[in-house]
Amino acid sequence: MRLACKHVWGHISEYIDGSVDAKLREEIERHLEHCEICSAILDSTRNILILTADNRTFELPVGFSERLHERLEKEIESSEPDLEKQ
Amino acid sequence: MQAAATKETELLQRIVAGEKELFHELIRPYERMVYLTVLAIVKNEADAEDGAQEAVISAYRHLGTFRAEAKFSTWLTTIAINEGRKRLRKAKSAAESSIDEHLEEQDGDYTPAPLTDWREIPLEALERKELREALRRAVRNLPDIYRQVFTLRDLEEFNIEETAEALGLNPGVVKVRLHRARILLQKQLVPFLKTARPARKGFFRRAL
Repeated sequence: MRLACKHVWGHISEYIDGSVDAKLREEIERHLEHCEICSAILDSTRNILILTADNRTFELPVGFSERLHERLEKEIESSEPDLEKQ
Repeated sequence: MQAAATKETELLQRIVAGEKELFHELIRPYERMVYLTVLAIVKNEADAEDGAQEAVISAYRHLGTFRAEAKFSTWLTTIAINEGRKRLRKAKSAAESSIDEHLEEQDGDYTPAPLTDWREIPLEALERKELREALRRAVRNLPDIYRQVFTLRDLEEFNIEETAEALGLNPGVVKVRLHRARILLQKQLVPFLKTARPARKGFFRRAL
């Protein structure tokens, strides 16, 4: 059986995560071998995920860490944490 | 990984035993995670920084309620999400948030955009600053329910179950939202990808 492109698109996310079952995975892979459109969609989606996970894409604001620890230090100095188990 | 977990357990025990200064060290590996989690909910960077600070202070104050059998990162994420939601409730009108909640029931167009004359983004294209900026903008503009799932799963690299637990959703809902988020981003970024030069053949089906 040949899968329609639309069917492949519906499973792209799960396919990338490796969570489709073996049979469907095989069908999708067979489809990708001859379908350049779906291959390009899959690659572009994957690349977006690679770019997303790259630390340089979503960076902390400059000085974030210093400001956080400064505030934390004030808190630690001024109060006792709730260390009693509830 | 194992060594890091052991070190964390040791740090937690020492803090609870009174070495409070060590909380700085405990929190350091999670700063980015806390910030991005709050940002996923409030969207505004200044608000996210303030919220992240509040979340960390709150974690410090309530460390005694943390159960050793739980995962510290999950516990901390829950605090960050609650802090973000608290801020969002203050900032957002009731009308706006109810529109967002009903979004999932609507039929949207969640089909990816085809790229006809293009094989793969060359690696040098991924290095381009404007692509990163476009991605940040596209993530910021995702509907709230999709952005939250996408941030935890694909940015902070939680698995499906951890994402579901942190957001109080069932894993099936997480998968659907994640799929839609990824497709919406693919569609929005295609115009940026198309300007990339085609990559050489034979390189295009590389694994992640």
